[in-house]
This record gives sequence, C-alpha cells and structure tokens, in this order.
Amino acid sequence: MSRLNTEPNLDDPDGLFAALMDAHRDLDDAASRRLDARIILLLANHLGNTALVREAIAAARLGEA
Amino acid sequence: MPATYTNPRYPFAPVRDAGARHKVVVVGGGLVGLTMALDLARRGQKVVLLDEDDTVSFGSRAICWAKRSLEIFGRLGLGEALLARGVTWNTGRVFFGDRQVYHFDLLPEAGHQYPAFINLQQYHLEEALVEACRATGLVDLRWHSRVAAVAPGPDGVALTVETPEGSYALHADWLLAADGARSFVRRALGLSFIGQEFRDRFLIADVVMRAGFPAERWFWFEPPFHPGGSVLLHRQADDVWRIDFQLGWDSDPEAERDPARVAARVRAMLGPEVEFALEWVSVYSFRCRRLERFRHGRILFLGDAAHQVSPFGARGGNAGVQDVDNLGWKLDAVLRGAAPDALLDSYDAERIAANDENILNSTRSTDFITPKNAAARAYRDAVLELAGRYAFARPLVNSGRLSRPAVLADSPLNTPDDAPWTGGLPPGAPAADAPVRSDGQPDWLLRHLGGDGFTLLLFGPPGDFPALAAGGPRPVFLTRTATPGALHDAEGLAAARYAAGPGAAILLRPDQHVAARWRHFDAAAVAHAQRCACGITITDTQRMAG
Repeated sequence: MSRLNTEPNLDDPDGLFAALMDAHRDLDDAASRRLDARIILLLANHLGNTALVREAIAAARLGEA
Repeated sequence: MPATYTNPRYPFAPVRDAGARHKVVVVGGGLVGLTMALDLARRGQKVVLLDEDDTVSFGSRAICWAKRSLEIFGRLGLGEALLARGVTWNTGRVFFGDRQVYHFDLLPEAGHQYPAFINLQQYHLEEALVEACRATGLVDLRWHSRVAAVAPGPDGVALTVETPEGSYALHADWLLAADGARSFVRRALGLSFIGQEFRDRFLIADVVMRAGFPAERWFWFEPPFHPGGSVLLHRQADDVWRIDFQLGWDSDPEAERDPARVAARVRAMLGPEVEFALEWVSVYSFRCRRLERFRHGRILFLGDAAHQVSPFGARGGNAGVQDVDNLGWKLDAVLRGAAPDALLDSYDAERIAANDENILNSTRSTDFITPKNAAARAYRDAVLELAGRYAFARPLVNSGRLSRPAVLADSPLNTPDDAPWTGGLPPGAPAADAPVRSDGQPDWLLRHLGGDGFTLLLFGPPGDFPALAAGGPRPVFLTRTATPGALHDAEGLAAARYAAGPGAAILLRPDQHVAARWRHFDAAAVAHAQRCACGITITDTQRMAG
C-alpha cells in the first residue's frame, strides 16, 4: 500500500506556488473555490487511489492545527 | 384536476369472525402489504389483510420499478402484464445548465427478460395486486379496517380493529406491519428510527401531455428554466409525466402547491407552445432512516414502515418488494414447520444490510443534489463543470444511484465457496437471468429458479449427475447442446454469467439468491448448505430426528 509522501518532492516549489496564485487571479471567492475543487478532482483522478487522498485529507487537517 | 385514472372503491364487508385467530395478518394494503399477501397466498398460506382506506394509492407515488422487482412480480404472475402496461427505459441523461454532461445505460448487455426499469404509476400496480390477491382465494382483504391497538404476546399479537360497524378483536400468530412511513404498529410499539432528515423540499407535478421527450430519465442541475435547483423528468403510462422540482428548504410548501404556481413552473420548462394539464401535485421533504430491528418477536416490519430513503434512486418501493421476496419463503417455511423460527432472524440480518446500502446510496445522492455548505456546493459544481469535458468526472455525477438488488454477502444463510472461484455469482448474490431454450422454445432461466422451493442449477445433462434425494432441492440441468430434460444454454450466457464449468452446481434459495456453489456436485455438501440456508442448526437436526 502506498503512503502519502510528505517529504520534499516538488521539482519546482516556487514555480508551483506561482502557478496556483496565477490561476486564482481575478476570481471571486466562489469561483476560486470551484477552481480548487476542479484541480483537486483532476489530481485525485490522476492518483487513482482514494486511500491516499484520505491520507492527504487527514494530513491537511493536521496542518491546520 | 383532470384524471387519467379513477380510483376503484372497495366495499367494506361485515366481519363475522370477531375474536378469531389467524396465522398471518398483514397491516397495510399498499404496494408492500399487497405484494406480501400475494406472495404468501401463492405459497398456499391464508392471509388477512387490513387496510384503513378503501382504495389504492392517490396520486402516482412510486413510479420506477427496477429489473429485480419485475423479476419478483414475474414470479408472482404479474411481470409480463406490468411490462406491457409500463414505460420501459434503460438509459438516462444528466444536464448542467443547458448542457448535457452525462449519459448512462443501466442495462448495457442483452439477454435479460426484463429491462433495467419500467415506469408505472403505483395505483396501476396496486390495482393489479388487489386483483391477483383476490384470484388466489386465500387473501381476506378487509377495507375500512383500521388497527387501533396492538398487544404483542409470546405466541402472537392481539389486535383491535376499528370498522364502520364498530371495533372487534382478532389474534394474529404473525403480524406483518406494512403500514407505511407513519406506521401505527411502529408507534404502538414505541419504536424510533435511526438516521437523518434532509433540509430540502421538492415539488412533484404529474403532468398529462403529449411531449417529445424520449422514455429516459432526465435530470437537470440548475437548468435555465429552474435557476438554483434541480429538476427530474420521468415518463409514465397514459401520457402522464412526472416532473420533480427542487424547491429548497426556505420554500413555503402551502404556496408551492397552488396549481397556478405549479403550472408556471411547468410552462417555464416546456415552453409556451406545449399544452399540458396537471394531474397530481405534492410537496415533500424526506428522510434516510430505518428501524434498529425489523423483527420484534411475532411482528415483522417491511417497506416504509421499516425504512425510508429519498426518491432519487428508486430505492423505496423497490426495497419494499425485495423485503417481501426475502420474508415470504422464510415465513412460509416456518409456518409449514420446515424451518425453525430462527430463520426469521435472517430477515432482520439480510434486509437491514440491504437497506443500509440503500440508505448510504440515497444519502450520498442527496448530499450531491442538496449541498450542505459552500464547500460542498463548490465540489458539486466542480464535478458538473468537469463532466462535460472529461470522462473521469462523469462517474462522480450523482443524480441518484438507481436501485440494484442487494448482494447478501454477509448473510448467515450463505455457505462460503470451498475453492477459489473467479467471477460468476458469489453466495448471497441474486441469480442472473439468461436466455435459454426449453423443449426447443425460447425461455428465460429465472422462470425455472426458486419460487416454491430451493433449486439446484446443474451444469451438464441429467445423466452426468447421481439421482438427487427426495426432500432436497429441485434440479435444473443446463446444457450447451439440446438435451432432453435439460434447459438448452444455446448462447452459453448462463454458463458465462455463473462462471460455471461442466459438473458445477449452484444452490438457489426460493428468492433466487445464491446459497452456495460448487465446482463439482457433492450431494452431502448440497444437503448441508440447504439446511444452513433454512436456518437449521445441528441441534435442530437432532431434535427433528429424535
């Protein structure tokens, strides 16, 4: 069973962050929310592993605290 | 309002047996109560059926009958008449705004007697059930008979029944409560539901019109003609169409019932040029919940009295029909002394698991149709936005997961496979249909399975198997070439659907669920599995022998 990788794994961290910021430019809150949801659904489908997404949800909730 | 249907009125017959004791009393003469009475009567059991009203349902109510229900009604002698009377459909479309985002086919393969669904107004079905009950001569239909008191005892239930000519007492050895969502029997026993209520309202309009829509299930999320809500369209018999508008929790149910207001909504949808008439209007909200247990000693609950879901998915009426299918043969076996009382506990185990599956599916559909907060709405809309362009998002669109028969995978009545088996139908699964030939004539496999007893499906000619002992299951042989005494699996679809090679044996319960299967027939194993499926323990066997 694969485990969620929480070690540094991004090829271009600053580029990724900038791409996300650019994507949300000019969008209101509701449109931003839908865009994020579409991105998450596309990536989740690419992963094809609901257990891994559940792990990411749990890890994301920890990050909030 | 105009009517394509006039409710029949059934007369009250004076009661001559006050104080009498009856083996089986069914409370509730709706879809589920009538089906229950018919099932038992066709097994030779006498049934008293009590209904507080004097007619079938007002308004179309449940309209979508799933393939499994049609197979069950087929066993009860009504399948082909319903198929002829109803509107057959297998496919559906989902729209978001004015765009189609999803198209589905619920029966993509050929070789089944019944389609995925027919649509037929509940009153037509109930009227057919009343006639079929009468024809058995074993169902005592008592209209205008309202149960006013229920007193459970160790060997039965004492009832007080109110009629236009006063009250009387009667005693039921077994009481089957099919008295609907507001079940009096449930309230009399002080039983509460577990589950949840949804904060949304829907408007049902049954509209008479000649319209150009195909016989498909069409579901719109936020169409231009009904901004902010969803709409569901179904075709019924007699040019009646069901339109279901989502109204939202803040809507005023009284104001929304106003025919002029309903007509305006319908006109916005159909356009000014389509002529239509309203036949029935109803505003509803719904719950997804069930009783903690369906069996309470000599009282068994079924249908809406036991469990309720949202209408999206057609899992209400169809679940009730499957309740009947599960309970009928078991109660009959107990009444005949062929199975211990404990067999009825498996009704609880099997139907609770099946209805939990319905409740889960219904709850998930509802969460998609009625998002609970801004994030849920964003995800819902994101799915719909993606589904038009990307195939991956289409399975996420949830406008209702339509009724599928329960696979009783964890049933205590199952005998697990004794060897690995790839594909086919595992213990607990409902039998698959397949086209066969019987004496050279086209026929369907399901017509030969279950019903009044257990069936053993044997893959091979009769000569390949030893003679079966009396009292065991009825053998049905299937062969790839035409053979006397066997069904001819000419297309090989039966062998394929059961993943069964030559010599294989599959034991089917009277309700056509698989009890056990073997790659190679073994008489002792079959006998053991049949005892297990009848709830007979080793102790019972010794007691019966002694």
